[in-house]
Amino acid sequence: MSISSQLLQYIFTGIAIGSIYGMVALGFNIIYNATGIINLAQGEFVMLGGMIMISLTNVLKLPMVLGFFISVGIVTLIGAGFERGAIHPLKNPSVLTLIIITIAGSILFKGGAMFIWGKQTYSLPPFSSGSSVRIMGAYLSPQTLWILGIMVAVMAALVFFFNFTIIGKAMKACAVNKTAAALVGINVKLMVLFSFALSAAIGAVAGIIITPVALMDYDRGTMLAIKGFAAAVLGGLGSNIGAVIAGFIIGLIESVSAGFISSGYKDAIALLVLLLVLFLKPSGIMGSLEGKKFKK
Amino acid sequence: MGKKNLYSLAALAGVVLILPPIIGNPYYIGVLVFVGIYSLITIGLSLLIGYAGQISLGHAAFFGLGAYTSGILSTRFGLSPWLGVVAAVFLTCGVAFIIGFPVLKLKGHYLAMATLAFGEIIYIVFNQWAEYTGGPSGFGGIPNFSLGSISLESDTGYYYFVWGIVLLIIFLSLNLIHSRVGRALRAINEGELAAACMGVDISRYKLKIFVLSAFFAGLAGSLYAHFVTFISPGTFSVMFSIVLLTMVAIGGIANIWGAIMGAALLTVLPEYLRVFRDYDILIYGSVLLFIMIFLPDGLLIGIFHLFRRKENLP
Repeated sequence: MSISSQLLQYIFTGIAIGSIYGMVALGFNIIYNATGIINLAQGEFVMLGGMIMISLTNVLKLPMVLGFFISVGIVTLIGAGFERGAIHPLKNPSVLTLIIITIAGSILFKGGAMFIWGKQTYSLPPFSSGSSVRIMGAYLSPQTLWILGIMVAVMAALVFFFNFTIIGKAMKACAVNKTAAALVGINVKLMVLFSFALSAAIGAVAGIIITPVALMDYDRGTMLAIKGFAAAVLGGLGSNIGAVIAGFIIGLIESVSAGFISSGYKDAIALLVLLLVLFLKPSGIMGSLEGKKFKK
Repeated sequence: MGKKNLYSLAALAGVVLILPPIIGNPYYIGVLVFVGIYSLITIGLSLLIGYAGQISLGHAAFFGLGAYTSGILSTRFGLSPWLGVVAAVFLTCGVAFIIGFPVLKLKGHYLAMATLAFGEIIYIVFNQWAEYTGGPSGFGGIPNFSLGSISLESDTGYYYFVWGIVLLIIFLSLNLIHSRVGRALRAINEGELAAACMGVDISRYKLKIFVLSAFFAGLAGSLYAHFVTFISPGTFSVMFSIVLLTMVAIGGIANIWGAIMGAALLTVLPEYLRVFRDYDILIYGSVLLFIMIFLPDGLLIGIFHLFRRKENLP
């Protein structure tokens, strides 16, 4: 393979994995906008989505499409249950309490997954069986196109949801000003519940579509969460367009550095990017003002 | 530091002194050595999280830096463990200073994520820098401490050595809390702006306490390495940072004595409960969630309040 086709190959990989980081970042944004919480358990929704899909299709032999929707449904319920069980009962929690609670939730999900599925790594067949397309010496697998297509579909659905449905508009109103939203009769607490459910659903979709490419095990959540968060911050916390663009950037940096620098240190490089963004430009590329709240 | 704390310290010293002959079994004395080592880290974390209000999800990395520095220097370069401890503490403090400077400018969730990312990076380095760290399988043959001709290899000898250090650190920490620095830290926790207006140099105090807590963790790491004589990256993963956080939360975050109790509880209990072996993550998660929702002041104070509330009922 020539350098240019190698580079193209890494770019394809980066786009696939970047779509996932972008979707994790969307999940962070939705909960952040509704509550001001960064849900550190976000990565576990991705892991759970992949794992449940594996059980439904490989063990219960359900058809792919049915398995997809049932998995997303189950994880959505788990997300809602997490909000009701761990976030809802808190009265005026401090940021420190919220951080520890979502961290606790994250290891609880991880422990539960280890309890159910053990420590093995599982795989899932690709969504369609076509062979890879060869472009300029690099291979583009059909699954990459599925990932990209589903990510665009999720993004479009979100735009529709937030702009054209009453619940979506209500959630957007909560993000702008909770008190004002409550004054016009929006049930803010219910919107918080919806935000957890919605972001769990998006996480689950991300987990299902990445599993055929990257496999899945119980321990994936934390790293996915940190990289998704890196995308959310780089994109400007709260900005959905920014999240998707930054997801691609993080994915590309990771896969290109894995190819040309060191595959062992690829995660460390992605995390260094996160630290650099946090230190140098915590408001992100989309210039969101939200980040400033976290910095003096 | 008040008479009450001084009496408590004397009582703890008494218990520490008489425990080994009572227990007898060297294995359980070994468990108590681990309690001492983990207590060092949780005391530092309690100061950082509880008193200064700055979260860290990366303290397992400082613990690991201490252990690896000591281990590598004494096995590959034949350095005496005593110099190893000094080097370990210096390196850990140095790293904490360099990373703390930009990290502590962040707040809340950003701080949590930055320290988490730092912990993951160090963990990756332990795994990948195989030339020195032995990679994922780690390395052994780390020498024990010896004092002249007296070897601290025996569990009882090392027990007294570690707990002597723990008692000293408790004494220093209690003094710190009840000093000008301690009051400044609590002021920062209550409100940074207000503290700054009262003339507290908040970034300097935050950095100082961060480096101090890293100092404790690095020291603990070195003591750990020279006790177990074998280290591998698994011990220093982000999961351990969360276990440390759970220990501190059980004790009631802003409570030095609680930090020691939390460390003791989460070290001794797994020895007795076989279920802990396979499902430890599940149990730590549940415990941490339960404590934060129902007993945010920690186990001791929480239970105390529960009983008092019942008494007050007509």
